[in-house]
Amino acid sequence: MEKMVVHAKAEELESVNAFIQKHLEQSGCPVKVQMQVALAVEEIFVNISSYAYHPKTGEAEICVDVDGDPSTVTIRFMDQGYPFNPLEKPDTDTTLSAEKRGVGGLGILLVKKTMDHVAYTYEDGRNILTITKEIN
Amino acid sequence: MTITKNKEGTRMTLALEGRLDTTTAPQLEAEVKTSLYDVTELVLDLEMLEYISSAGLRVILAAQKQMNKQNSPMVVMNANETVMEVFELTGFTDILTIQ
Repeated sequence: MEKMVVHAKAEELESVNAFIQKHLEQSGCPVKVQMQVALAVEEIFVNISSYAYHPKTGEAEICVDVDGDPSTVTIRFMDQGYPFNPLEKPDTDTTLSAEKRGVGGLGILLVKKTMDHVAYTYEDGRNILTITKEIN
Repeated sequence: MTITKNKEGTRMTLALEGRLDTTTAPQLEAEVKTSLYDVTELVLDLEMLEYISSAGLRVILAAQKQMNKQNSPMVVMNANETVMEVFELTGFTDILTIQ
């Protein structure tokens, strides 16, 4: 498992995604799955950047590993911000009209729908969100 | 992301090229906030849009709401497979007019 520590700021998204895409490319991950993982990473990392330490800032640690047969990517996001389980909130109702739609909840919904597994734990003062996706 | 604006009378086309994500969504948001008030037909041409995240969806939803308020149509055209999948997963296929 390889690890990266960055400031939890939206400006770091590009370097976080580059770090993860490097692993996916080396594993022969199809472009479609690379895009889905990039989307999940954006949604999770931006959430951490916006809320975890608000209004202060802090660090986020991202670990990535590709393993198993079939090949599966596991990405773990850790921060030491406010305890927050993004999986606890009920899913956004995707059947509502435009007028009744709020702006929240779409990001985590996309993560849940595109990844095979999403898990949250709070341990030793850290939020830990883990996503996995079979890549080929 | 590049936004190419084309206005013929009160019909406006916004062609989006690149990525509509957390970083670039504010560009489109600014356009939506300032340019729609006298538009009677809005076309979003997504042919050159490679990627969209929830930040982009939020701005597209805001544009749709604004056009609804003005009783004017908005059409989304030429979305690629990646973008279309995001529309489908979030139910946006039901609230947008997609061609």
